[in-house]
Amino acid sequence: MRITCPICGERDRREFYYQGAASMLDRPDPDADGQVWSDYLHLRDNPAGLTRELWYHEAGCGAWLIVERNTVTHEIIGTELVEAADAD
Amino acid sequence: MTDLIAKTPCAGLLPVSHGGWSLSEVDCGPITWLAPFHGQAEALDAALQTAHGLGLPRPGNSTRAGAARCLWFGKEQVMLTGVEPGDALAQCAAMSDQSDGWAVVRLEGADGADVLARLVPIDLRPSAFPDGAVARTLCQHMTVTILRENVDALVIFAFRSMAKTLVHDVETAMVSVAAQHAAP
Repeated sequence: MRITCPICGERDRREFYYQGAASMLDRPDPDADGQVWSDYLHLRDNPAGLTRELWYHEAGCGAWLIVERNTVTHEIIGTELVEAADAD
Repeated sequence: MTDLIAKTPCAGLLPVSHGGWSLSEVDCGPITWLAPFHGQAEALDAALQTAHGLGLPRPGNSTRAGAARCLWFGKEQVMLTGVEPGDALAQCAAMSDQSDGWAVVRLEGADGADVLARLVPIDLRPSAFPDGAVARTLCQHMTVTILRENVDALVIFAFRSMAKTLVHDVETAMVSVAAQHAAP
């Protein structure tokens, strides 16, 4: 599997560390209900098909990426820097 | 007072030669990590020009002026080697002296990329990785920075604490590829 880092270009999957679903970027309001926070922390979709995930270019430039890929075909559809999508 | 004798990171390990390749230690002189403050990349570029006559390298590249070299070293980070950093750089960048922190080795000989192809998961041939190109990548399981110095030389930066691992891995690959080339 190859992932294209927006900074370094196409690199081998072993340079990257998988963090989890990109839904982690959608933090609830700090005052949100406990159930909302519980869902945010613990509930994950398990799609057969398109998924958006956070990957870290650990053995490269050190950038956090949002990687869109297909869990059925292993195709990488696109990558972008987290900072472009999440100003925090 | 005891007179301490400094050892280089690869003391007792290098140089070695196998096939058409040699692996030797590089003394880069001072090595300074620089990370521009938020929004200060252009100011750091200008400060580097003024102090050392070289600009801030773009990702995957390096800049050079005489003994001074500036290598891209990761997202919004560069490493200045060969000169003591000018005081003005501190106005626009975080800095740390890492001169003793890196084991730096030079793999010389034609097609050095053939040797590192056993260890590094990127294309290091001159066609894909020309003079002055820099990559942050892996050497076996270890993160390294690799610089192409010229068509016949690749320079590898690894953590000083991993010097013996670096030399072992690269030398093993040199022996193996040399044997393969010598085979009928």
